[in-house]
Parts: sequence; structure tokens; C-alpha cells
Amino acid sequence: MLQQMASVSFISHALPTSSIFSHFCRRKSFLEGSRICRRYLSPASQSYDLVVIGGGSGGLACAKEAASLDKKVAVLDFVKPSPRGSVWGLGGTCVNVGCIPKKLMHQAALMGQATEDAKHYGWQVPEKIEHSWDTLIEAVQNYVRSLNWGHRVQLNEKKVQYYNGWGMFLDDHTIHAKLKDGKEEILHAKNIVIATGMRPRYPSEVSGAIEHCISSDDIFSLRKPPGKTLIVGGSYVALETAGFLQGLGFPTTVMVRSICLRGFDQQMSSLVTDHLSGEVGVDIRWKSVPLSVNKQTDDSLTVRWRDESCKEHEDQFDTVLFAIGRDPQTRNIGLGNTGVQLAPNGKIVGFAEQSSVSHIYAIGDILQGGIELTPVAIKAGKLLAHRIFGASEKYFDYSSVPTTVFTPLEFSSVGLSEESAIERFGEENLEVYHSFYTPLEFTVSSRPASSCYIKAICEKKGKQEILGLHLTGPNAGEIMQGFAVAFRCGLSFEDLSESCGIHPTSAEEIVKLNITKSSGEDPTVSGC
Amino acid sequence: MYLSVVLLPFPIQWGLGGTCVNVGCIPKKLMHQAALLGEALKDSKNYGWETPEKVQHNWDTLKNAVQDHIGSLNWNYRVQLRDKSVTYINGYAEFTDRHTIKTVNKRNKVQTFKAEKILLATGMRPRYPDIPGVKEFAITSDDLFSLRYCPGKTLTIGASYVSLECAGFLTGMGLDVTVMVRSILLRGFDQQMADMIGTYMEKHGTHFLRKCVPTRIEQIEEGTPPLLRVYYKKTDDPQEFSIDVNTVLMAIGRDACTSEIGLEKTGVLTNPKNGKIPVVNEQTNVPNIYAIGDIMEGGHELTPVAIEAGKLLSRRLYGDSSRQCDYINVPTTVFTPLEYGAIGYSEEDATDTFGEDNIEVYHAYFQPLEYTVAHRDEAGCYGKIICNKADGDRVVGFHILGPNAGEITQGYAVAMKCGATKEHFDTTIGIHPTCSEVFTTMDVTKASGLDVTTTGC
Repeated sequence: MLQQMASVSFISHALPTSSIFSHFCRRKSFLEGSRICRRYLSPASQSYDLVVIGGGSGGLACAKEAASLDKKVAVLDFVKPSPRGSVWGLGGTCVNVGCIPKKLMHQAALMGQATEDAKHYGWQVPEKIEHSWDTLIEAVQNYVRSLNWGHRVQLNEKKVQYYNGWGMFLDDHTIHAKLKDGKEEILHAKNIVIATGMRPRYPSEVSGAIEHCISSDDIFSLRKPPGKTLIVGGSYVALETAGFLQGLGFPTTVMVRSICLRGFDQQMSSLVTDHLSGEVGVDIRWKSVPLSVNKQTDDSLTVRWRDESCKEHEDQFDTVLFAIGRDPQTRNIGLGNTGVQLAPNGKIVGFAEQSSVSHIYAIGDILQGGIELTPVAIKAGKLLAHRIFGASEKYFDYSSVPTTVFTPLEFSSVGLSEESAIERFGEENLEVYHSFYTPLEFTVSSRPASSCYIKAICEKKGKQEILGLHLTGPNAGEIMQGFAVAFRCGLSFEDLSESCGIHPTSAEEIVKLNITKSSGEDPTVSGC
Repeated sequence: MYLSVVLLPFPIQWGLGGTCVNVGCIPKKLMHQAALLGEALKDSKNYGWETPEKVQHNWDTLKNAVQDHIGSLNWNYRVQLRDKSVTYINGYAEFTDRHTIKTVNKRNKVQTFKAEKILLATGMRPRYPDIPGVKEFAITSDDLFSLRYCPGKTLTIGASYVSLECAGFLTGMGLDVTVMVRSILLRGFDQQMADMIGTYMEKHGTHFLRKCVPTRIEQIEEGTPPLLRVYYKKTDDPQEFSIDVNTVLMAIGRDACTSEIGLEKTGVLTNPKNGKIPVVNEQTNVPNIYAIGDIMEGGHELTPVAIEAGKLLSRRLYGDSSRQCDYINVPTTVFTPLEYGAIGYSEEDATDTFGEDNIEVYHAYFQPLEYTVAHRDEAGCYGKIICNKADGDRVVGFHILGPNAGEITQGYAVAMKCGATKEHFDTTIGIHPTCSEVFTTMDVTKASGLDVTTTGC
């Protein structure tokens, strides 16, 4: 016992957090004290070839890959509750509060549209079909939980040690883990990968934002139906959320400070928002900002906001969701105890995923100059594991990464936006082929197709290499993937026009492109 | 100044546009969409929609909507021909010699046209077997899409994609459907994929009578629909069985419309087995006569191929182009309830052509995210790519069985045209979450024998 007490004291010196427990031990009775001290003895210490901080898409992929190379690997994952108290299991943003639940909610909204279409196709569907938010949330959460479980099983199978705990750097090679159950561990690591991801930002200048408003961290597990909703932001998170909420029957407003989908092709962005406000019915308030959010006695929220002419208004909503951006989780993991440099935005500065400290790496959303996408994090993580532990020299190529925005009218793209292409190559050196098309399925259901559009931005010379390919329409993600492979092969307009279409599909309209913007011709094409 | 004349075989039961527009791709896809929407209605409950347990389908509503759309396409074609100053004759055409065509219209008006060049694009029509009762009582794809009554309990005869697609969407509309096949499904297609389609359809309510052939058809009761009795036997057993249905759809193949158009007066050779016309760069053995589309020997019976071949031919004849139509790596999709997209070689053909040692097949099962909440069959969706190891792992075959297979496959066809290798696939980043992204992370080879069930995220 004395020996144990001594070791507790020793540890209490080295590690501030243990001092509480050593003090506690001294004050309790002998027997109880010894029992407690045995439990809260010096935090266990383990050595690993690789410790990954963050159990999201990138972290898990890297950890499992390293384990498959017979390395001793640990993953730390911990979710600090959102301001509204939301937490979730292993898997990171994508699985819990990103791609997966988002796509399922998007699908739920599309199903609503399908029940409408079905009438035109002969199905005797009742005039109005109600929607149960509870049923959807439960179904989504059940699936998410199955993924959490699946990830736990996979880590177990690959013999990756999983700590459900918050990791803090003590120095370049040492991490302190504060586990969910209160235990502590010290992890010594030859190599460390930081994959802590990001969390939604709350505006500090809007009073009531943190107290009363939610974010994407909360929407997918919201117990109460959101009701009349205000979404603040012009990000794809804002637009996607607005799309599925409106599609599920919740009157939704989007408040945008300046433009939507910053960084994306702006013509395509307009088509997305035109469709969102036109056919879907979302109320988009441009050049507007919220000023304050106050909760009423009936739990509704009063939002004071300013429009583009600087006039102030007040509106009532049941739910206010902020989607104004995300912040990297790098400022509270003890990086000050290491030499790792951060960019002003909090992302980790580095080259080829290596930070300013040679054995500390960063992947996923927190990597400066990276791309905030799950498949990017996964691939980069796997390649990194092979570079650290294998004999590989393969680096992740961040160019030509395709992406899809899952708004009600999906928007997919690969390569440069028209603006970027013009900036880089000069307008006179480009030829843009485009068309407005009508998906065959829209004909019978009399759906307007004024926003279904394709454009290929090409170099004017030679075979006309395609610099950017953009598409709005149903299943845009499924369509674009194959073209992204073609893009990687150095796709030219000549290749496109020599390719045979699959009929009848929307995708074939891409290989049928032949009208240029410069010709001024009407780009509306008919199907067959 | 060249005069182009469009001539039509007569009597026609539909407007300008050919098979695709009237009795092929377009109505087929719309009816397939109707069936998919039926599935969506079932799925919607899991997504929170309070959809009634059973939703009935009305054939008339669908048929009228489909015919309305076809009518608009027929009209568009008339307008387009007029806009391009193409003279349109709605009449039956026959050759009187190599440069002369005689037409007879509905009102028996005869006209004669002389032409420097003549293009044959007469297409095909469904074949009837030589068994009693079939011509009187069976219908074909020519009739299905405008049928005045709901087909009811249906027997489709044939293992073609026409048979399977029709059986698929009719099952999806809630009808009792059986498919009778003599031997294998989808001859000419990758057989692993064909079998998976059959398995899926069977699991989802379509009945199959395998290794069976019809012997005769009788009408038991008149009506709209009638009650028909189809007698059939197994291929290796003379005993006769029967099945009572409302509709029998023959889909055993199609014949080229090249007999009865006076070709013998021109010297143009046709293949006696199938009536198709052998060509070189779309030119027949008679220098001024050309053939494209389904009747062209060695071609692909697909609309986009015909369109492309036609355009390029015109540019070669009348423009200054020398570009030939490229018939390699033509993508196609079978719009069965679970769609099948394919490009290039089947696994069998790749093995024959390149040798088993030179082929590496990568494959994976995948579960569409949308199936999870809908509690839909986990097994069934599958993808494989066939690589030629002797050519830097160039992708020579692409196959996918899954929802939206057509939309997914198109881009990969372009990639294969660009000479994509496995490395191109591997270094392309996936779009998440989609079904298509499975092809960017396909690590497991068939040869390894490893488990290929992919987990989700």
C-alpha cells in the first residue's frame, strides 16, 4: 500500500490531473483507499508504433492500414457534446453527422417527391401523405449505430487498440488519454497521426446562437421535429439541409450573407439555388445576416435579422441551424507541447500530410491545403500508412477530386470551375460546351427541368482537353464518378464526342454535348 | 444540294421515330420507372412516409401517359425533319433497281424516287415462333406499350433482355409474371451477371420456367384481357404441361426488315440466317447503298450506335470527314428491376480473347446506402472489372448490377475509351456516398478467393 501510495505521489508530480486522485487516496480509509488507489493508480502506459488521434474516416483508414502492416496501433476517439448536448459513437463526422445521415435524409425527401411522381405513372397514391420525423430519425440513427458497431468490430479484428478518450499531447511522442469512464492512459508513440476533424462554428457576434441554436451536429438526432426552420449559411451543409427539410414538409428559410457554395462554379451554384427556391420552395434571403436569437416561453425562437438594405426584421422560427462553416479541432489537444505548426485557421500546416514535426502527421479535414471529403481522407490515410511503415513512395494526389452536393437537384463536378479556368487559362483559350436537358423520367411526371444542366470547360486548342465538368440533375453523383476516372486519364472533348451513349439515360447527355457557349445557340436539347 | 428522303415501311402502327421511340427504349424505360416508383412507395414507409400498405396500379393511366410522351416525340421528329428541309414520305418503300425506289402510301399513291446514294435503316421486328396459336393470341413488344387493357397474368417467352425487362416491370406493377426460357438468360452477355439478374428477379416475385419451350397456345376465354392456355414442354422431355395466363408476350428475338423491300433487284447481299446486311464502314457490297442500325451485320443493336454511325456516315459522304464509327467499348444497360450496365468484354470473352493467365478480375458486392433504411435485400448488387495484365492492366470489361446502373456506367465507358487502366481507377477519388465509388476501391481479385462483401462507410 505504501508503495502504491508512493507511486501515486510520484505520478501526481508529473501529471497534474492525477494529483486529485492521489489526494483523494490519502484522505480515504486504508482499505477503501487501497482499492481506489489500485483503480486510479498511475495511468497505464503503453507504447505504439502509431497513435491516431481521431476515429473518423481518415483516422480509422490509416490505423487499420498500419495494423495490416503488422504495426502496433492505437486509435483515440472522443466526441465532446455539441452545445445542444449531442454526442455519437465511433466513425467521425461522415458516419455520424455528415455524409451518411445526410444522404439518408436526402433520400427520404426524394421519396416524398417519388410518391408525387408515382401518381403520374399510374400508382393510386392518396392525395397527401404525411411524414413522421420520429420514424426517420430512428431509422437513420439505427443505421448509424450499426456503423459505429461495425467500426468497433473492424478495429478489434485488425487488432487496433481503441480508446474512447480525449487525447492531449504531453510532448512530441507522448499522448495523455482521458477516457470516457474516467480512467487515464499514457500513450507513447513512435508516430502520431492527427485526424481530429472539425466541428460546426457558432457566430460569437449573434447573441443567443450558442444558447438556443443547433447545427449539423444535432439535426440528424433531433428528437422533436424541427418545424419552421431557419438555416444560416451558404455552404453545401446549409443548402443540403434546407433541401431535405423542405422536402420533408418543414417550411425552411436560408439566410445567406453573400454567395452560396463559395469555391464552386457560381453558374452551377445559381442553378442549385434557383431550383431550391423555385421548385422546392425554400425561402432564400440573400445578403442577410442574423443579429440575435431569443427564446420565447413557448420555446419558439425570435430571430432579429438585417436584410441587404440594412433594414432590420424579426421572424419566428421553431428551429435555427447555423451552417456557416466548421473549425478544425486542433486548438485543445495540447499541440503547444509539440513543434506542430498551425495555420491561422487552425489547420495543420504540412507537406504530403507531414507536419512541421517529422513523425507527426495530419490527415482529413484538418490538413491545410487538403480537401474536406471522406474518400480523400481515407485514401490519403491508407497511402500515408504505407509511406510510414511500408516501402511506398506513393503520395496522395489532391488534383481532380470529384465531388457532389446532395441538394434536391444534385450537383456534381470534377476539375476547375469556369471562373478558375478563365483565371488560369484566359477566356480566349477556352471553349465551354453546355446543354440544358430533360431527364426522361421527368416527362411523364410533368416535372420542370429548367435547372438540369451540363457543361464541359475545355481548352480550345488540339483535342480540347477538358478542364472542368459540371452537372446538375438526378443521380449526379452516380453519373459523375465514371467521368472522374476518365478525367484522370486526361479526358478531351474529342474523347467525349467519340464515346457512345447509353440510352436512355441522363448521363448520355454528357457525351452528346455539342453546343458551345460562344456560339450563342440555345443549349436546350431534346432527348431521343 | 442533296435531297434526303425518309421512307417508312407500311402499315405502321406508330409514328415517326422507329423502334426506340415507339416500342423500345423510351416506353420501356418509362414503364421500368413506373415499377421503380412502386418499389419507392414501399421503401418510403421506412423513411417515415405514411404511405398506405398496398397501393394499386392503374395500367391505363401509365399507358396513356407513355403514349402521350411518344406522340410528342413523333411530332418533334416531324418538326426537326421539316426544319432541316428533309422530305418525309410516309409510305412503304421497295427497290426497283440500285438507284430507284418505289413507294406506296396508305391511300395507294405510288411515287418513284431516284437517288445517287441510298441508306437502309429499316430496323427489325419481333420474331414469332412457328407454333399453333401464337400469331392469333400472343403479343410482342410491338403491342405491349399501347395495350388497351392491363396485361394481367403474363407469360413472357424468351431469355432476351426484352423478355426480362418486360417481365421485370410488369412484376413491379403488381402483376403475376412468369418467364419461360429455353436455356440460358441473356445470351451474349456475361453469364455470371445474367445469372445474378435471374436470381434477383426470382427473389423479387417473377417466376421462371427454365428449360421449357412453348408448343401451342389456345384461347380459353375471349376478353380484354383474354384467358389463354399455353402448352409447353421441357427441352429434354416430351410431356406437355400448361399454364393459364391473360397475356403471352413473345420475346425470342427480332428479324431484320430486309426481305420484301426488293433488295434482290439491287444485288445487295444479306446474311441468309438473320437477314442482316454485311457492310464495310457501313457500305454494302453495292457501292451506292449503305446500311446502319440494327440491320447492319456485326453492329450493335443500340440506338446511340445507330445515331453515331448515321451522323458520321453523312459527314463522310457529304462533308470532308474521314471519321469512322467506333464500335469498340460500346456500353449498354439492361433495365431489369436491378439494372445491369456493361462495357467491353464479358468475363468469358475476355478469357477467350486474352487468355486466362492474362486476365485479372477485380470484384465486390456493395450495398446501396438507400437500401439500408429501406431494409432491402443486402445481397445482389455487384460490380466487377476485367483487366488485361498483358497490357498494363488496361480495363477491358466493366460490369455493374445495381440501381441506376445506366447512369453509373456511362462515365466508365468514356474512361475505357481513354484507355483507362486499373491504376486510373485506383487513383480516382470516390464520390461519397454513392454506389459507383465502389469501383475506385476495388482491391479484391476473384483469383484470391477472398470475401468481397464491402461494408458501408
